[in-house]
Amino acid sequence: MMTDDIIHKGSRDAGRANMPDYRQEATTFSWTEARALLDGLADGKLNIAHECVDRHLSRDSGSKVALRFVHKNDSITDITYNDLSILTNRFANVLLSLGLVTGERVYSLLGRKPELYIVSLGSLKAGMVFSPLFSAFGPEPVLSRLEIGAARVLVTTNALYKRKVAPIRDRLPQLEHVLLIDSKKEGDGLLSFESEMQHASTEFNVVATDPEDTALLHFTSGTTGRPKGAIHVHEAVVAHCYTGRVALDLKPDDNYWCTADPGWVTGTSYGIIAPLANGVTMVVDEAEFDIERWYRILESQRVSVWYTAPTAIRMLMAAGTEAASKRDLSNIRFMASVGEPLNPEAVLWSADTFGKPFHDNWWQTETGGIMIANFASMDVKPGSMGMPLPGIVASIVERDNGDVSHVTKPMGIGELVLKTPWPSMMRGYLNEEQRYKKCFSDGWYLTGDLAMRDSDGYYWFVGRSDDVIKSAGHLIGPFEVESALIEHAAVSEAAVIGLPDELAGEVAKAYVALNPGFEPSEGLQLDIRGHARKRLGPAVAPREIIFRKKLPKTRSGKIMRRLLKAREMGLPEGDISTLETDEK
Amino acid sequence: MNDKDVEAILRRELFKIAPDIDMADVELSADIREEFDIDSMDFLNLVVALSKALNMNIPEADYSKISTYNALVAYLGNQANA
Repeated sequence: MMTDDIIHKGSRDAGRANMPDYRQEATTFSWTEARALLDGLADGKLNIAHECVDRHLSRDSGSKVALRFVHKNDSITDITYNDLSILTNRFANVLLSLGLVTGERVYSLLGRKPELYIVSLGSLKAGMVFSPLFSAFGPEPVLSRLEIGAARVLVTTNALYKRKVAPIRDRLPQLEHVLLIDSKKEGDGLLSFESEMQHASTEFNVVATDPEDTALLHFTSGTTGRPKGAIHVHEAVVAHCYTGRVALDLKPDDNYWCTADPGWVTGTSYGIIAPLANGVTMVVDEAEFDIERWYRILESQRVSVWYTAPTAIRMLMAAGTEAASKRDLSNIRFMASVGEPLNPEAVLWSADTFGKPFHDNWWQTETGGIMIANFASMDVKPGSMGMPLPGIVASIVERDNGDVSHVTKPMGIGELVLKTPWPSMMRGYLNEEQRYKKCFSDGWYLTGDLAMRDSDGYYWFVGRSDDVIKSAGHLIGPFEVESALIEHAAVSEAAVIGLPDELAGEVAKAYVALNPGFEPSEGLQLDIRGHARKRLGPAVAPREIIFRKKLPKTRSGKIMRRLLKAREMGLPEGDISTLETDEK
Repeated sequence: MNDKDVEAILRRELFKIAPDIDMADVELSADIREEFDIDSMDFLNLVVALSKALNMNIPEADYSKISTYNALVAYLGNQANA
């Protein structure tokens, strides 16, 4: 995991970085100063949408391109800050005309379409809570997330509606309005986004939300139980704006490309809020990952800051440097990666191929923004996630019955914890006070990630302390997958684990035991996988399913996923004193 | 190997990756990832499986030529008979 190849930064890198000297900034930094990067509203009020859109109009930046869409056929649509202001005003008015009151939930189930940005920012303008869903989710994850958040409005496409929402609509009595962006038809509980927008006024006064008012609801998965809706407030924009500035080095003249899917937290924090709060031009590619296409976009859109994920970087790496060398990529100034640890080989490959390395950084849905990062002005140790942001205090601890003791020895393994509070910290899991409380101890937020700190203060990711699976940058909760699997008539019990994968970090593999009357066969295996895909969608469904007569269980009947994983990977089995029935 | 064989192999491999998708519901000339509800990982797995089953090399540079079911059938047919 570690390598001696340190990528050194010189005075030129430091000189042009927004944060030339990390250590100095970390000493003098205060969140009050970060807040001063924003305009705010009268009487101490704060609204994310105002900071992202309207405040730029008074600075003569209205005619600047905010969003540049590269459509699937390579055609381009530009939306200026002026346009975005008008469009989000219209959508805010649409929500009021539908009878929504402040704090109600508006969801999107969309790819990277212009409407996504209009809906998210328009909802925030109107004082509503916005929650994005991943369009590769199947009906079950969509249902649970809409249910938990009591969604009133959902904006999606005709095809996604038919496939993922129509089958579950009757189980969602609170979901009053579904707006389709590509349909003019109205009726049957469906509205046309386009006609609603046409009838709405272009004038709207941004709702003066309190900094502590809920703005965003981002879902994440735990080992057990249903998905958790992490609550984020308008104050989070303080961290989004500042971290965009120092961890992504965003400057107003940048063409910034964040490749994250909008259904996950990165797609909102760094795919919408941080870049717009910093007044950059965002490049948005509507299509999915494609090597040739990506290099073409980097070149043609003169991308200067690029934020992507390890799985994509490893796919580019596997394709070789030739595709990159055909392109003029000299506009790229800063490259960052998030989602899972970026392996040292990929960091070194990027430095060779692009003349500058990918800068890995670390954060979670719960932290709302980047917490640990490799900065533009700082030496990069390939494989390390970097150092804590100014304003963030991190530590490595061991947990013992609710208390924490700090691991001070360099490279000692423990749980990564962060000193509370900070502006983008989650304020709760919706309706799950107990689960929220369990995330904190003695003023520290417990991340659930295992890590080490070296003698220079760099942090190194080790793994998860629980059974949550990290696949292609997405968190998969084993319980959610197992629940869907046992709904299949043939399956009596299921265990889902993450196994190391060269490209995706981890992939989900399921072990299932069958009900009497069912025999293992390839046909049944495909049938179960098809069932899982239908319920969960391609990103969450296990890629592999294997049969077992019995799964290993503890005396209390809990399936020991850890044991399955250890055996699969040929690792020591660890403490198996609680094992009651072994796998067969 | 004729085009029919190639298509049969393609259908078999697609079924392994997306067993829940009914060919009757698929728009053959539309984006294969959307029609079969497959993500980048699935797509890569499909390409690897096809390369193996048909004993051919499908370079990354050609991925843009195989973005629909019909295009993929044509591409594989050409490669198999090249």
